[in-house]
Amino acid sequence: MAETRSAFALNDAGMAQFRRLVERYPTKQSALMPALWLIQDQEGHVPPEAVDWLVEQLDVSAARVHELLSFYTMFRAEPQAEYVLQVCHNISCHLSGARPLLEHLKQRLGIGIGETTPDGKFALEGVECLAACGMGPAMQLGKHFYEKLTPARVDEILESLRRGVVPRADTDRELAE
Amino acid sequence: MSANGQLLSARFGRRDGHKLSVYEAEGGYRALKKALKEMSPADVREQVKAAGLRGRGGAGFPTGVKWGFVPANAEKVYFFVNADESEPGTFKDRYLLDYDPHQTIEGSILSSYAVGAALCFIYIRGEFGWLVDRVNRAVEEAYAAGYLGQNILGSGYSLEMIVHKGAGAYICGEETGLINSVEGKKGQPSIKPPFPAVSGFLGAPTIVNNVETVATVPWILNEGPDAYRRYGTEKSPGTKLWSVSGPVKSPGVYEVPLGIPFREFFEEHVGGMADGERLKAVIVGGSSVPVLTADEVMATNLDYESLAAAGTMLGSGGMIVIPESSSMVDLIEVLMHFYWDESCGQCTPCREGTGWLHKVVGRVRRGAGEHGDLERLETICNGMAGLTICPLSDAAVMPMRSFLAKFRTEFETLIRKDPAPEPTSRWARGEVETR
Ligand SMILES: Cc1cc2nc3c(=O)[nH]c(=O)nc-3n(C[C@H](O)[C@H](O)[C@H](O)COP(=O)(O)O)c2cc1C
Ligand code: SF4
Ligand code: FES
Repeated sequence: MAETRSAFALNDAGMAQFRRLVERYPTKQSALMPALWLIQDQEGHVPPEAVDWLVEQLDVSAARVHELLSFYTMFRAEPQAEYVLQVCHNISCHLSGARPLLEHLKQRLGIGIGETTPDGKFALEGVECLAACGMGPAMQLGKHFYEKLTPARVDEILESLRRGVVPRADTDRELAE
Repeated sequence: MSANGQLLSARFGRRDGHKLSVYEAEGGYRALKKALKEMSPADVREQVKAAGLRGRGGAGFPTGVKWGFVPANAEKVYFFVNADESEPGTFKDRYLLDYDPHQTIEGSILSSYAVGAALCFIYIRGEFGWLVDRVNRAVEEAYAAGYLGQNILGSGYSLEMIVHKGAGAYICGEETGLINSVEGKKGQPSIKPPFPAVSGFLGAPTIVNNVETVATVPWILNEGPDAYRRYGTEKSPGTKLWSVSGPVKSPGVYEVPLGIPFREFFEEHVGGMADGERLKAVIVGGSSVPVLTADEVMATNLDYESLAAAGTMLGSGGMIVIPESSSMVDLIEVLMHFYWDESCGQCTPCREGTGWLHKVVGRVRRGAGEHGDLERLETICNGMAGLTICPLSDAAVMPMRSFLAKFRTEFETLIRKDPAPEPTSRWARGEVETR
């Protein structure tokens, strides 16, 4: 692997995973998406130095990396709010009350859709179908979904997040050991 | 293994279904052991062909036939499992991977063996973060048990498996978009031909199958094609997972034999409408297929042929139930927003057409529709259908045209500048139990 000259570095665990990716994916460029995920999982977004780093490590053009950052909605080139609340506004969730729920969230957070609270704690986004249609309205936060949401449940979730505690999500179900 | 016709869903809802030990105790990996010992790849293809399994990703193409398109002399072949599951109304692949990851992994190994692949990708949409972790753990278990890696179970067959996490783009579910995405590019579809089975990932023959398709393969090999054909109809054999959403008694994922009358399915399995709601329409196959009115849907059976005869498609089996209390104009605006948002922008008719549909439908919904707007919607649709690289453009046109044709008065009322209807369903308050 080339010596890095760019200002970015993955931590040791991330670097070990990165090496494994490059080993397993058939071409360096095909490891680009998972590499972007590693960076974003560490940094919360993909900073410009990381783009330079990828260009060195994977022999891709910077244009290619930027192309991916803009095409895929989950990759973020800018720092994000601590909690990005992504509420599905597609058809089934709409039928089960996504619109009033979004209104409720806007009011509680004092921001519009696509905005971030001044303290940088919350952002609110409307997103397309999350594949939780039978359990709507649904909201994604990080790796998990909250489902069958009501205004009361959303208030509880916000309350908990304000205290810095991420409440157990519906997709985080209890599993047998 | 098939109590009550649950070929695929036997472990749904259980706390321990994800465990390798549970899967093995219930007959898991038996098909793999048998196939690697007694069957050639061609034998596996033949069994799946004889069973009449049809792809569950939307098009319903016979799986064994598709596998046969891989050139016999191909040096490198890739197998992709499509777990992008982004078609509005569809949430069954998520159940398969969440409750029973090993079933899909075993099916993926068998399918890879059948087409001669040495590398298999499971492409999971990025929003399923927890599921990526779960499947990754299951894949590690399978490696540790010797079901993956070099010389599997001493058979001489070797297979590597990589779980690839998407990053938010509906279009990556289209098979060429999916392949481009794993190549490290934007997930934009490519022109076919060449078909991926001939030239796909890195230019090599590549087969892409839906999770549900792949998950069915172990059952077929265990029980045989004739047993599989005991479920379903002559042309639509087997069972199907239906994702049911909307104001019904019990939304959720149901496995039933293909060919079951909708009425029976709806009344006996789903429990009918939620209290106080009346059925107005159903989109049976995910948001991209034509809507059926209550009368139409009540008269149809749930299989590929019956649904085609009813003027729609089985699609992904994402069944969206629409109540009398909601406005069709409101709902189609939501869908047109989706297609406009998700068009990858390569083809002018799709990029511009979805934008126009969204815009015109939006102003109709707001009561600001102009005279001629409904005809305008039809004209836009005519300029979009059948003209593009991938079927997303048609996927927008099908709901649009059918909503307009079957519920035209709802649109016309708004053009006459009557006040806009209350936009959301009365149902909504979250009291409905999910199975
Ligand atoms: C816009 C679009 C989105 C699609 N999304 C999916 C998807 O999320 N999952 C899927 O399995 N197939 C999806 N498909 C179908 C795939 O292109 C492909 O036909 C399918 O994965 C093949 O699997 P099968 O033969 O097992 O049905 C989509 C197609 C289009 C045009
Ligand atoms: S039809 Fe639409 S989504 Fe499909 S390739 Fe063309 S622009 Fe992209
Ligand atoms: S419509 Fe909201 S999760 Fe599918």
